[in-house]
Amino acid sequence: MSEEKRRPTPEEKAQAAAEARAKAEALRKLREQEAAGEASQEAASQMGEQGENTAPESPPAPAPAKPVSEMTPEEKAAAKKAAAAEALAKAQAAKAAKDAAQGGDTGEAGADADAKAKAAAAAKAKAAAAAAAKAKAAREAGGDSADAGGEDAKAKAAAAAKAKAAAAAAAKAKGATGAEDSGADAAPKAPSKNQPYLDKYISRLTEAFGAEVLEASYINELAKEVPTLVITNERWHEVAPFLKEDEQLGFDYLSDLHGVDYEDRMEVYYHLYSYKNRQSVAVKVKTSREQSSVPSVMNVWQGANWNERETFDLLGIHFPGHRDLRRILLPDDWVGYPLRKDYVQYDEEV
Amino acid sequence: MNQNILTTQVETSPDTGIRTEEMLLNVGPQHPSTHGVFRLVVKIDGETIREAIPVMGYLHRGTEKLAENLNYTQIIPYTDRMDYVSAMTNNYVLCHAVETMMGLEIPERAQFLRLIAMELNRVASHLVWWGTYLLDIGAMGPFLYAFRDREMILDLFNELCGARMTFNYMRVGGVKWDAPPGWIEKAKDFVQYMKKELPSYHQLVTGNEIFISRIKGIGKFDSKTALDYSLSGVMLRSTGIKWDIRKDEPYCIYDRFEFDVPTATEGDCMARYHLRMAEIEQSLRILEQALDQFPAEGEIIGKVPRVIRPPAGETYVRIESPRGEIGCYIASQGKDKPWRLKFRRPSFTNLQILPKLLEGENLANMIAILGSIDIVLGEVDC
Repeated sequence: MSEEKRRPTPEEKAQAAAEARAKAEALRKLREQEAAGEASQEAASQMGEQGENTAPESPPAPAPAKPVSEMTPEEKAAAKKAAAAEALAKAQAAKAAKDAAQGGDTGEAGADADAKAKAAAAAKAKAAAAAAAKAKAAREAGGDSADAGGEDAKAKAAAAAKAKAAAAAAAKAKGATGAEDSGADAAPKAPSKNQPYLDKYISRLTEAFGAEVLEASYINELAKEVPTLVITNERWHEVAPFLKEDEQLGFDYLSDLHGVDYEDRMEVYYHLYSYKNRQSVAVKVKTSREQSSVPSVMNVWQGANWNERETFDLLGIHFPGHRDLRRILLPDDWVGYPLRKDYVQYDEEV
Repeated sequence: MNQNILTTQVETSPDTGIRTEEMLLNVGPQHPSTHGVFRLVVKIDGETIREAIPVMGYLHRGTEKLAENLNYTQIIPYTDRMDYVSAMTNNYVLCHAVETMMGLEIPERAQFLRLIAMELNRVASHLVWWGTYLLDIGAMGPFLYAFRDREMILDLFNELCGARMTFNYMRVGGVKWDAPPGWIEKAKDFVQYMKKELPSYHQLVTGNEIFISRIKGIGKFDSKTALDYSLSGVMLRSTGIKWDIRKDEPYCIYDRFEFDVPTATEGDCMARYHLRMAEIEQSLRILEQALDQFPAEGEIIGKVPRVIRPPAGETYVRIESPRGEIGCYIASQGKDKPWRLKFRRPSFTNLQILPKLLEGENLANMIAILGSIDIVLGEVDC
């Protein structure tokens, strides 16, 4: 009984991992906006490397004694299996996939079928992602770049990749229980409850400023499905007052403002709330690391004052338009910006 | 630090020929009424405040930077040291953010333990505020009553998790310790005791004429200003905006219990005083229900992977701390350590309005206004 109870958990985890990976992969490809063939080749080689690294490392078969102690190695094995299977499916070597799966196998009889199902499903997910990327590339080649349609396509591609991944998960679950491979035909995920709000924000902004102010827009499922907008740096000083003043948007409350250093760029994250409509929106504005500058919203939301000072203090992002941009937490003579990833302490002895 | 942030003017009155000079007054950082190490440089003209510049950072420990090199469980003790008067809510907001990213299920018993701990902490936090606020204004006695009763809550926490203030109690997926035998009964006894005790608090202070004249109509602002300055918690509710995240964006299991969100419209220190007292009552009400419905048995921590790795992406969650809206932002790259961790601290954000409130105010009201904002410097400086 305990075995039945225990088995789905590591499987689910492996599925979740595969799902997340497929999704991240798809998104990454789209964002890089490379030619589909190139991207998939690169990814394939990367995944191949990972597969090579993973296969020989496979742990010994877990002792079927204690459920708790068994959990971790089994989980690991499952994750590795998934990774290996995916990588090799990507490289279009079905037989190799089987071998790799066996390499990471625990020696159970049902695991072969399991690995095959996973490999097949993963391959499908990858193919879908690649197709989406191609479609996107084609669209851009047609001169349709960076418009709202493009964003829609992105969202759709992400959703499609996700659906495929979910299907893959389902297929895997079936493989695990020993049933036949039914293929990846699960129903697509239902749209988020916040999707209408996101659509509304997009349409209002597009009407007022044109589609080019939006770099991206999506539902952030990790943050309680908050609609997220990425606004171009150049237009942010116009968009911010509009978000507050517009009748239908009315984001009169700035909940949080801070910066993030992503090593290749800086981002300022705003969490806005409308007390009238009881709705949240997250806004992100990107800037370069070398000459980081994001227009200040202090005149729109007074509460941005100290938050912008803090962001300047710790990350070195400049906010032109701020009336009093001084360090706030650190001493005035501090050297450097500590929250930057390449920060080196000025005085090593401290 | 900031030597030349203010300049003063010398004037000679044309009628009387009397020479007057503005004066710079330094308050803190070692001043008991600043509740920590907060410094205020005030320019005064006679008894009237012309300008006030807050100076902070004396307690800045770089929590956010430190967190980038710690795994998620290791960060929890650092959150205790931000708002050390109400560490349970800080524990919760971090765990809640990680759990939101990973989509974890929290067992029923753990949810109850968390909620009970947070509400007890809210009562304790408001008691500290009540005692120290009266102390600021010049009444010594209430402080002793408040700390006597708060001590009972700290004893309960001590039994629950072995610490009186820096609890380190919650974990991603649940809580670290189960309630010891008899703890729930002790907590029930405390709630009944506190309910009986509260009227005497009011009897002791609320109707006092000197007290009323010190806080009524002082530090006033309206709801538009409150929203503009990103105020939250009691600061926002004192202007008539009914907003409590426990009610409006329910987290944990707050949606299962009946409680009211007290609001006032005056927006002055008096309104904030009454709201905090009313919130103690509401917290006791929640506690009464939660302790009655406390599940007899169950897990205290859910199924959590041994290594906590939230998926790549970002999240922002916010909950209601005794001081207002505390938020936690995590940017994860799928590793066991956060790429970027940011806390939205209510004390820091609420304090922004202080210079505006002090402008043109009598110097004697400065402490009354600062106290009514209810700041904790560990949280302001982070």
